[in-house]
Amino acid sequence: MIIGNGPISHRSTPSEEQASEHLRFIRDVMERSASFTAVPGWGMFVVGITSLLAAWIAALQASPEGWLTVWLIDAAIAVTVAIFTLRRKARRCGVSLSSGPGRKYILTLAPSMVAGLLLTVALWRAGNLDVLPTMWLLLYGVGTITGGASSVRTIPFLGICFMVLGVVSLFVPHVWMDVLLALGFGGLHIGFGLYIARRYGG
Amino acid sequence: MEGSISFGSMKVLRQNLDPLIHARVRLGIVSALAAGETLSFRDLKTLLKTSDGNLSRHARKLEKAGYVECIKSFQNRIPLTEYRLTSKGGAALSAYVEQMERMLKMARAVTPD
Repeated sequence: MIIGNGPISHRSTPSEEQASEHLRFIRDVMERSASFTAVPGWGMFVVGITSLLAAWIAALQASPEGWLTVWLIDAAIAVTVAIFTLRRKARRCGVSLSSGPGRKYILTLAPSMVAGLLLTVALWRAGNLDVLPTMWLLLYGVGTITGGASSVRTIPFLGICFMVLGVVSLFVPHVWMDVLLALGFGGLHIGFGLYIARRYGG
Repeated sequence: MEGSISFGSMKVLRQNLDPLIHARVRLGIVSALAAGETLSFRDLKTLLKTSDGNLSRHARKLEKAGYVECIKSFQNRIPLTEYRLTSKGGAALSAYVEQMERMLKMARAVTPD
């Protein structure tokens, strides 16, 4: 970086190259700073509330198909809320979701989400729904850790919490799955969402 | 002729450069806060890859000039220092970016391809 550390005398007027460097530096810092706050805390909070409701409704379902339908509807709502609040926060920070940190966050989170959806379809067709909660918790944890790698430390930590719940789900009876999903997609989202909203401006 | 006009304009722009922002760490602080709203001392330190002393010194200068606002609080009994860009700081950054863009445009206008 060409810009000095201390005050710069007027003799060091930026040349064309230096002026470009200054502007690049400003853009780079703003993008990295925006990545600190790109994750929408309030969006996460709303997703947590809908997931708690979904866990309660899913637990009341008599058939596995009914249970799966409830969680798929909740996933669709969560994605819609996440996209809406991500876009809103990015717009407020003056950054585009199609470039910089927003793009990085979406591109690193999306593959595990798509993999989760495809594996859900495959396991449903195979008639094996028991493993779904573990898979969802682990894949969402992986996506959040990688997606949050360039964000605040809180985001990868959230991913680790999801992965821990995923590991726990391997060792508990199946009747506990809705509780674990409620703890993860509900509790963790509400807790972390409130923290991010308060700490990182929304 | 074009060159001399540009040189004169460049001189005016040069004299108007805000010395408070025209320094790497301070420019970094102001830019980061412009995008990140409120950032803690630790976040700024990580973002700008600088030392505690250096960041503290430059942040104090910006605070003294009214470009940033320092908010001190406690989180779990641990002191937390956060910074926020003031409207004066935001205006100063906008003016600086505008000046840089004008300098760039002028330099390009007099530089043959």
